Amino acid sequence: MKKALALFLVLALALTAVSAGFAQDDLSGELEIFSWWAGDEGPALEALITLFNEQNPNVEVINATVTGGSGVNARAVLKTRMLGGDAPDSFQVHAGEELTGTWVVAGRMADLTTLYQEQGWMEAFPADLLDLLTYEGGIYSVPVNIHRSNVMWYNPATVESLGIAVPATMDEFLAACPAIQEAGITPLVVGEAWTVNHLWESVALGVLGAEGWNGIWTGETDPAGAEMVQVFETFGQVLACSNLAEDAAGLSWQQAIDKVVAGEAAFNIMGDWAAGYMTTTLGLEPGVGFGYAPTPGAVGTFMWLSDSFGLPVDAANQANTLAWLSLLGSVDGQNAFNPLKGSIPANVNAVAAAPDLYNAYLQSAAADWSSNALVGSLVHGAAANERFMGDFNQVMEIYLSSGSAEAAASAMAAICLQSGACGSSM
Amino acid sequence: MYSQRDRAVAFLMLMPSIALIGIFVYGFILQTINTSLLDWGTNPIANPPLSANVVKSYVGGANYSAIMTDLLEFSFRNSLVNTFFFTLFFVGGCVLVGLFLALLLDQKIVGEAFFRTVFLFPMSLSFVVTGTIWRWMLQPGGGINILPTFIPTLEPIMFKWMSSRQTWLGFEWAQVPTFLTYVGLAILAFLAVNYALSGKRSPLIYVIVAAVVLLTVWLAGWWDYVWLPLDTPEAEPSIAPKGFNAALIGVIIAAVWQMSGYTMAMFLAGIRGVPEEMREAARVDGCSTFGVYRHVVLPQLNPIILSAMIVLGHISLKIFDLVFAMAGPDNAQTIVPGILVYTEGFRENAFSKASSIAMIMLSLVAVIIVPYLWTQLRDEK
Repeated sequence: MKKALALFLVLALALTAVSAGFAQDDLSGELEIFSWWAGDEGPALEALITLFNEQNPNVEVINATVTGGSGVNARAVLKTRMLGGDAPDSFQVHAGEELTGTWVVAGRMADLTTLYQEQGWMEAFPADLLDLLTYEGGIYSVPVNIHRSNVMWYNPATVESLGIAVPATMDEFLAACPAIQEAGITPLVVGEAWTVNHLWESVALGVLGAEGWNGIWTGETDPAGAEMVQVFETFGQVLACSNLAEDAAGLSWQQAIDKVVAGEAAFNIMGDWAAGYMTTTLGLEPGVGFGYAPTPGAVGTFMWLSDSFGLPVDAANQANTLAWLSLLGSVDGQNAFNPLKGSIPANVNAVAAAPDLYNAYLQSAAADWSSNALVGSLVHGAAANERFMGDFNQVMEIYLSSGSAEAAASAMAAICLQSGACGSSM
Repeated sequence: MYSQRDRAVAFLMLMPSIALIGIFVYGFILQTINTSLLDWGTNPIANPPLSANVVKSYVGGANYSAIMTDLLEFSFRNSLVNTFFFTLFFVGGCVLVGLFLALLLDQKIVGEAFFRTVFLFPMSLSFVVTGTIWRWMLQPGGGINILPTFIPTLEPIMFKWMSSRQTWLGFEWAQVPTFLTYVGLAILAFLAVNYALSGKRSPLIYVIVAAVVLLTVWLAGWWDYVWLPLDTPEAEPSIAPKGFNAALIGVIIAAVWQMSGYTMAMFLAGIRGVPEEMREAARVDGCSTFGVYRHVVLPQLNPIILSAMIVLGHISLKIFDLVFAMAGPDNAQTIVPGILVYTEGFRENAFSKASSIAMIMLSLVAVIIVPYLWTQLRDEK
């Protein structure tokens, strides 16, 4: 059976190689797609697969999913598969360093620059994004969607009753904090451990600005310097306005959002999957039932994270994978996927092609995507490699247990050194 | 006694298990030892750990000294401390609760079989299920914490089961060698007294004495040098103190809830094994009910207590699933070595470091299991 399959694959590959300048309906064989999109995100992936099968009816798509939010389990399974020589044809991975630092530097991904040039994607994707996808001149993955990490959510009714303006800078936020607390409302709600890390990256972006944030990863911002100490000091002040000392550890990010919706908390900082939760699950209308703004100090900056797919060099069905990737990056593919996922297309031409598919929040995010300064998210895999991401939990623990901004900043420098994630100047 | 043919058949019958265990247990232990001595994953940029042609070179004990001394590896040391306290309270709790339940069931109550099943039932659940149930019950804003509010005027408990940072029995990591030295000296003293009293001479004892002395000296000398400058109050005031973390209480409750039925069943079997004549004889001699248990039944349960402690002890040293389900892999307050092996290995790709943590776990379990097996085998001869 296996031999027959292998022979079949070899033949299929040979055929596709022979038919140079292949038409898409010539493709046959299999295409195994590995992802962690099983639950709520399943339909979005299904829509892509359906579209792919319309274009390539002879290809059998194998949808291999491993459940677990943010790919925590899928990434471990993927590692054993790749090390064991059983690479899927294409796998989901956070675009940026999570792919580059683990798989591209390991020489296990194929360069897709030619595909980008053929498809005219060099102009379709923002240059800031391509910068983070590029490693030593090659581009190694195709982003399917974009989520924004630095969004502050609020309930317009609560903010109105408090009589405050939505803070645009960190100072404004910290100044508004005591009055909100006096009104018996939590100024900022956080949840379990990772949402605290998520908050940190928005605070850091607010303090350092886009350039300073990018500087951490290029070596221009000193990870132990005064600026980083300032980041942790501000972070401490922000946490003092939060429910961290109370019930935070027991709240999922949805439960934290629920508190904002219920008016028990004024603000929450969470990625824009929260918009999907509020519109789809809670049935709220963007701008009416819930409000949104860039996080304080980061107006005009878009901290992104992205799910992408690449081509492992060991993939058995390279031609099918290339067809899959061309669909993913295309306007059609992006518009089939993103409205269902509740994210915006990475391809800047997509929203204009079908604006009706996107709600008010997504349209505003898409507008920001094509106009703002773009920076990569740390917590969600764009900015730093997996070692740094893991070790960052230790930095956080040092800060939360000691309350010492200096200790946290020097630990930051230590993990920069260990992980090699902070540029060559270290 | 056995014919040649019998021996051959027996060997052939055993061959498959020997081969499978040899490869999948001992082979992989050896491979893990080997990996723990390499630098696989130490330098993720210059030498990508997942590359097909990754260069793995031997670095000796570097991974071990890193996890013991490196400032950023304090999670590992916290996990050892957590394991110590978890084992202490989990094993102790299971033995006490199990004994108590067994004694209650021994009172020839109506519906004994029913209660036996009820108490044993949690053991049939997997640790993941137990962890999920208790995670819900120990939510800071619900579950057990709001129980008092069912009585008017009472406030909810504000205890943060999984995330409390309160610690008791605090100590500095740097005190550990000194403490271990005392333990070594105590063992030495105990053995010396024991052998002086028994008057026996055994060559083995000299080996043990020498080993303990050497270990003690080594611990006191070398560890003081290596550990003191790093994980001390001077180096890092905030992370150095270790202790029994309040966040572990919830995990211990869940674990005791699950496993105390098992110790109950063991004790009940032991109690039932005490001949009725002995009890009666004691009663005839004027022993009270309490006295019968204290002087007749309990002494005969000693071997069972030992077995229970060994079975529970190795479960607790290897605990992973319960903590993973209850507190998640990133909850620093409840970190245990098993979870670190997973996160270091499969999240951060630091395979050699993860292997060295796994080897330390294995040696901890071996400390419990090997003497037990050794005495068992010796008794069988």
